[in-house]
Amino acid sequence: MIKLDNVSKAFDNQQVLDGLSFEVADGESLVIMGPSGAGKSVILKHIIGLLQADNGLVEVMGHDMLTIGGPQLQKLRRDMGYLFQHSALINWLSVFDNIALPLRETTSLSKSDIDDRVMEVLGLVHMQDAHLKFPAEISGGMQKRVGLARALCTHPKVLLYDEPEAGLDPEMSSEISRMIRRLKEELGVTSVTVTHSVNCALTVGDTLAIFEHGKILLSGPPTEVLNSDHKRVREFLSAPID
Amino acid sequence: MTFVERAGAKYLAPMFMVSGFGMSVAVGVVRRLPHVRLRWRTLLDQMHVSGIRSLHVVLFVNFFIGMILALQLGYELSRYGQQEAVGFAVAISMVREMAPVMTAVVLAASVASAMAAELGTMKVQEEITALEVMSIDVISYLIFPRVVALTLVAPILTLLANVVGIIGGGIIAETQLNLDYGGYLTNALNALSDPGFLGLPKSLYSGIIKSTIFGFTIAVVGCASGLQATRGASGVGNSTRAAVRNSIILIIVLNFFLGKLIYT
Repeated sequence: MIKLDNVSKAFDNQQVLDGLSFEVADGESLVIMGPSGAGKSVILKHIIGLLQADNGLVEVMGHDMLTIGGPQLQKLRRDMGYLFQHSALINWLSVFDNIALPLRETTSLSKSDIDDRVMEVLGLVHMQDAHLKFPAEISGGMQKRVGLARALCTHPKVLLYDEPEAGLDPEMSSEISRMIRRLKEELGVTSVTVTHSVNCALTVGDTLAIFEHGKILLSGPPTEVLNSDHKRVREFLSAPID
Repeated sequence: MTFVERAGAKYLAPMFMVSGFGMSVAVGVVRRLPHVRLRWRTLLDQMHVSGIRSLHVVLFVNFFIGMILALQLGYELSRYGQQEAVGFAVAISMVREMAPVMTAVVLAASVASAMAAELGTMKVQEEITALEVMSIDVISYLIFPRVVALTLVAPILTLLANVVGIIGGGIIAETQLNLDYGGYLTNALNALSDPGFLGLPKSLYSGIIKSTIFGFTIAVVGCASGLQATRGASGVGNSTRAAVRNSIILIIVLNFFLGKLIYT
């Protein structure tokens, strides 16, 4: 479904991705953990085509992201959903309109079909009661859930989560992680999640990859990776919380 | 790296990049003109935002501009016993130059800055990236309504600015220069009677053409500056400042060339 092979990317003189390779199978949930500023979000931006690799292959659903462009890229993105770190909801639109936006702009669905779909995805994230509120009127956790509903509304085959627990308290963070897991099981989508949170990794991931210095240091089932003896992985996971 | 290369890299390269991006936004908007039917509701909202909300400032500024022109021209003309010509001078100055330029400057300060700040905030909060990820045409959804709205609103505001400017001049002519208000107005209207395109007074339509182009330019610069915002709140501040500065520079430069083009 998603394949990165020997991908390199540098910004100015800083090498962010350095021969990065991994594959995500259909229906698999990959979690990528790594230190802040290591370039985890950059990986997601390569997968969705917001950034282009300097070298290597980025393949999503059989499309080479280096050569795809224009209408083909737009069509591919309609099969992908992206949950932003800070939700990135449009401030002047209500919760309902935020979710309806991609359906109104990119599909030919009727108004009633759009209304039904919006309420359906709001139901999936337990936010039906807040559909008339504006982003500024709801909490960070609720914004995340609305962002998730927006990512789901177009029936994506691939979901990308950029630090879904960022800025949330532990309880809300766990709730979002459980929600992502439940949606994966119910909808069977392929997903890539970047996170700092061990709890999120354990809840969401089928596979956990530890990323640093532009490469995957170690990957495998989350419990195996978290219990591994890899020196750098142990240092990263046992670092004290500030 | 030589001094010239360093100066070029620091000043010229960013200038060409900003200009190129602005041009691409402008071309993008023109190519989406058939989207008017799709965006008419947002277009009306934007016309309200950029037109109605700027109206009082435009009228206030141009009323005083008319009074200033009448006062200064009146004093100078009276030295030669030609104070009756103040209506002519005020009308020509307002309609050809002052109303289009001052209205555009007010719009640059109020509307271009607001566009840059709004879009810049969206950019740094990844809302624009979110639109791209959702395959939504950012130019059509965000930029097109703003640019078309200001392009339509600017000439309407300029027409109103002409009226209040000439009225302001008339008040000064009567109260400070001891001229008859009716005579001033007749004189002013005579000044605008030179026929031009489609029977419209040339001075009037030259001002309207200018203000239409200014409106388009201000909106494109405002939107392009916002879309190029980076690095949080300070980046939004920089893009807002750049929007106002670049808009005003372009208004002044375009005003010269358009005046030259229309009157030669």
